[in-house]
Amino acid sequence: MILDKFFNSKKDDLKIEDGEVIKLKGLTKVYDMGRVKVEALKGIDLEVRDREMVAISGPSGSGKSTLMNLIGCLDTATSGSYHLRGEAVSGLSREELAGIRNRRVGFIFQSFNLLPQISAYENVEMPLLFGGMSRHKRRARVLELMERVGLSDRVDHKPTELSGGEMQRVAIARSLAMNPDIILADEPTGNLDTSSGSDIMNLFQELWEQGHTILVITHDPALASRAPRQVEIRDGLITKDSRR
Amino acid sequence: MYKPRIGLVFQLFLRASRAQKKRAILTVASIAWGSLSLLLLLAFGEGLKISMTTATHGMGSDLAILWPGTTSLIWEGLPEGRPIQPRIEDIDLLRKRIPNLVEVAGEIHRWGVVVNHDKMTTTAQVKGVTYGFGEIRNHIPAPGGRFLDPLDEQLRRRVAFLGNDLAEKIFGKENPVGKEIFLEKVPYTIIGVMMPKVTMSNYNGMDKDQISIPITTFKAHFGADRLSIIVVKPDRPERMGFVLEELHKTLGAKYGFDPKDKRVFSIWDTVESFRTTRNILIGIRIFLGIIGALTLIVGGVGVANIMYAVVKERTKEIGVKMALGARRGWITGPIVLEGLLYTLLGGAAGLIMAVIAIILLDQIPTEGNEALAMLGKPTLSISIGMVSAAILGFIGLIAGYFPARRAASINPAETLRYE
Repeated sequence: MILDKFFNSKKDDLKIEDGEVIKLKGLTKVYDMGRVKVEALKGIDLEVRDREMVAISGPSGSGKSTLMNLIGCLDTATSGSYHLRGEAVSGLSREELAGIRNRRVGFIFQSFNLLPQISAYENVEMPLLFGGMSRHKRRARVLELMERVGLSDRVDHKPTELSGGEMQRVAIARSLAMNPDIILADEPTGNLDTSSGSDIMNLFQELWEQGHTILVITHDPALASRAPRQVEIRDGLITKDSRR
Repeated sequence: MYKPRIGLVFQLFLRASRAQKKRAILTVASIAWGSLSLLLLLAFGEGLKISMTTATHGMGSDLAILWPGTTSLIWEGLPEGRPIQPRIEDIDLLRKRIPNLVEVAGEIHRWGVVVNHDKMTTTAQVKGVTYGFGEIRNHIPAPGGRFLDPLDEQLRRRVAFLGNDLAEKIFGKENPVGKEIFLEKVPYTIIGVMMPKVTMSNYNGMDKDQISIPITTFKAHFGADRLSIIVVKPDRPERMGFVLEELHKTLGAKYGFDPKDKRVFSIWDTVESFRTTRNILIGIRIFLGIIGALTLIVGGVGVANIMYAVVKERTKEIGVKMALGARRGWITGPIVLEGLLYTLLGGAAGLIMAVIAIILLDQIPTEGNEALAMLGKPTLSISIGMVSAAILGFIGLIAGYFPARRAASINPAETLRYE
């Protein structure tokens, strides 16, 4: 069964400490653009523990988006190892990666990436649908999540009928749906005005306090400074890793 | 407020088809056109098959026609080249000796017999036949008449059964049954007229132009005792070989020829020729089906095209679903379904058009036009429906499969990277 593969796959020699959510070791990514090879990540070592909130910052082209794709299992590394909750991710098939994305990673994007034709409810329900949850449980879960992000009255609205901040809240509800190990937010406030941006950051703060592990990618230093731990990337390498 | 998933897929589909309404309509129309031509071609093939089969069976089915000839092998001291001429009584002998027989019949023919009725004089072909001839050779009497029976034969009655064309020539619209005609100045009572029939094959002239009289009467009247033709019908077509073998043994013992001598009788085995006809018909129908399917493929390309556009349009959406953990099947399934739905929609429209076209074609009178009568009525059958549905479904699946494969190969990291 595929499920078994997820849970007892590929034990290897790397010792995984308890409470470690992400463990990256010598991670590299090379984009093969035909004649030119672009080295986006040149060997990243990073550990993220349970209940941490980490801001990853860096100028554009530094490789932070690539890093997010790798951590989010949207892409696979060229070399190095990646363990997500002790499970080796490198070498998994596309289908297995899809399963991991579904139950272990919650994505939040700069442009929200909600499906425009369906209601907020259905958007939040989507990962639950993919996760094979029964209709009854889905309904309860979606309503609970919508309440948690403060949008109980917007359940039936389509994304186009929502403000930017509301859309991002729906996206956050969606990312929380499967109760993932990690929430990955890529420039979550990039498309928002200052006040709704700070609302969203407050929401992240709340989620962190409730015990979620959160990774925020941003090039905005002010925003990054709100996270207790800040990681900076330049030219595919970690140049700074500080805790407040 | 809650909508189930099928509703969602359908909603997505409707939205996509609204966005590309014109293209969707054109595509469905091309599928409809392809299905129409496929169905019509198959229907014509079916009609042709039906009329050909009916016509082939017009003469009678599963028959062997035997013309007595001369021996070609030396047999028990007798030389080759001796004529073998079975007699009327041999029919009874054969009937007794050969098992697995529906009937064996004998015929003696005479051309140019003068026929009189009132002031009308004509000539016709007269055949003396045994009573079982009518049934196996499809000489079915029109209502109000009958064919020759054993008593006619036994009592050597002067009774005649007329071919329908000859009957019309002599009697016009009048009912000939019970009337008298003169054959070479000897009076005969008409006991029946043949039902008109479509027939593709014949020997020794057309049944509709002939007069049948009891073979014993024929002997008494014209003095001929040697059979011109023997007609055999086995109980099952595959027993034809066995029955003919038995016939050779029986007559070979009586007339002194080698039962293995193939030249004694010239034999027309209609079982075999019908098999050939059937194979040709199958060939024609496969050919028609292929032409129809090719037309349909053009429509399928249209569907594939529109689905490629749909995939391109939804690239980002697909990327998002992948990021949320959609499996390959969740991405490809709805796309394949959508392609299939377009195809089946077109197919249904094509079917409706085909039914209308066939109803209209049915209004064209074929009476009196032999070419049209032979072409038959285009007919839709269940097997045609199933073949067409299978071809349609296959094309629909293929048309959806390739775009779906492209959708599945979308790299979510790439589609989500650019805002």
